[in-house]
Amino acid sequence: MSDFFEDVKQIAREVVAPFKGLGITFGQLGERKTTISFPDYRRVMGVRARWRHVLNRYDNGLEKCIGCSLCAGACPSNAILVVADENTDEARFSPGERYAVRYEINMIRCIYCGFCQEACPTGAVELKDVFEMAESTRHDLIFTKEMLLVPDPNRERVD
Amino acid sequence: MDAIFGSEIWKQLFVYSVTDPAHHIEVWAHVVRSLLRIGIGLGFILTIVPGLIWLERRLLSWMQGRLGPNRVGWQGLAQPIADGIKLFFKEDIIPTNVDRSLYILAPGVALAPVLMSVAVLPWNGSPDWGAVAPGLNIGILFLLAIASIEVYGVILAGWSSNNKYSLLGGLRASSQVISYELGMGLSIIAVLLMTGTLATQSIVGEQGIIGDPINIGNTAYTVYPHSLNSGFWHWHFLAFFPFGLVAAVVYLISMVAETNRARLALREADTEVEAGFHTEYSSMKFAMFFMGEYANMLIVSAIAITLFFGGWLAPWGALSQIPASAGAYLPAWLINTLNMAVIAPFWFGIKLFLLICFFIWLRATLPRLRYDMLMKFGWKGILPIGLVNVVLIALSMALQQSFGRLRGHLMAVAVGLGICFVLFVIKMATYRKRRLDTETTTISPIRREPAALPVPARRTREV
Repeated sequence: MSDFFEDVKQIAREVVAPFKGLGITFGQLGERKTTISFPDYRRVMGVRARWRHVLNRYDNGLEKCIGCSLCAGACPSNAILVVADENTDEARFSPGERYAVRYEINMIRCIYCGFCQEACPTGAVELKDVFEMAESTRHDLIFTKEMLLVPDPNRERVD
Repeated sequence: MDAIFGSEIWKQLFVYSVTDPAHHIEVWAHVVRSLLRIGIGLGFILTIVPGLIWLERRLLSWMQGRLGPNRVGWQGLAQPIADGIKLFFKEDIIPTNVDRSLYILAPGVALAPVLMSVAVLPWNGSPDWGAVAPGLNIGILFLLAIASIEVYGVILAGWSSNNKYSLLGGLRASSQVISYELGMGLSIIAVLLMTGTLATQSIVGEQGIIGDPINIGNTAYTVYPHSLNSGFWHWHFLAFFPFGLVAAVVYLISMVAETNRARLALREADTEVEAGFHTEYSSMKFAMFFMGEYANMLIVSAIAITLFFGGWLAPWGALSQIPASAGAYLPAWLINTLNMAVIAPFWFGIKLFLLICFFIWLRATLPRLRYDMLMKFGWKGILPIGLVNVVLIALSMALQQSFGRLRGHLMAVAVGLGICFVLFVIKMATYRKRRLDTETTTISPIRREPAALPVPARRTREV
């Protein structure tokens, strides 16, 4: 007889289950939503987030990049172009002899492996937490040196 | 003012009533009135469908812990319009090997019957302005006939697409709709037994009167003595107490299957048949399917309300019209107009909204059935329950004539409970036997220890 009641209970559980589910979804109406309204609110990125490259500067405003092209050599997808030139005393960009006149990364080719960061002898190129880089054309996705450089801490922002 | 409201044209269009033998309405006035009513009906459906899509996406999101579309317009209300514009301007692709004429015809065949079936759904009690076709005395037959045409659109789309998934989706749709139309028809027959009329306006009116439904079988123009003392306890889902409720539940379940909403949405089961019958459709043709689906949801909900939940009647009779004391400071024609044009459609709309929210709620909660489970549920669950229910209602009506209202009905209920008990005992016996069988048979292959597989000897690579 206990088997019989066991069976009845089992059937009752199967009948009640969908209604329990309905209760759960109804309860969700009052819960806090997990969606983050992106452009208005942003999630805090992890400290090791590895998105777009930035070109760093020293504290005095000089660029860390010395135009050695080691990053371009390390790049597995051949996405980096570096053209170097000599520093002069009149136009000094970096502490050493040479600096990068052009530094371009094709963000469509880039696979965000971070080999450039590892190859860099001065810590100039780094993958940081900047991830918004959607553009309309392929050409716009070739990021130039001006777009990659962090702002100079010693100069007032013009805008 | 008087030049307009006193003129013969105005009277022909808006004042004269078809039920009043003293009034003679010209043919042209009938035509204009019909066009106006068609405009109201179609306008309602076509404007409410984007709102419905928005409501569904928003409510579904809230129940799933998301926010849903909230960017375009206030609270995202313009999102369906933006989607519609996008669909309208998308490239209309017609694949190479489709059956062109059928392929182009199918979306129209799917959408048109849905829009046609709005014709007999009454939104207020007026014999002139109560529905698109308020005087149609075969309303329910019309609905059943039209509802069966709708599936042709799906089948044609599935067949003409020349795609296996589309064909499977179309076939599933046809078998599903045919199976569940039986249950739907049986629950409708239950209502027809209770009311004795096919006219939708009379079915609603009958739920608003007290006592024996007199004049049943009359034309749809019969004006029922609408009682202020009636209320939701006179609606059909509570009539013949358990039987009306069973019929309503059977209708609601079949309705989910008819509209292919989630839980019973097999013709578009994404994991199995891609998008089903409309896999190959794009642009406006796809939009037409989409719109037809949502309009269909509105229509079947409206039918459910008309049949079981009192149509445009208020849940409390006194709420269904402006109180008579207002006659002291409002003209009679204004009170009448407000009753017809505002209050009755308001209650209709409230019920429609609640019912549709319920179906979105179901979609957010329940998983989809497997195909064989769906068919089993339709043929072994819905169909016999509906059939027995109809028989019991007929039995109750017959017994009530011989043994008085209450005693006759209780006897029928007793018969119903007896059937339930017998079925329960049989079910328990088989259930227990099956359980014992599984317990006493050999260990299932899953529980068995896995046999040691012969591992090939490791080959060393010679350098």
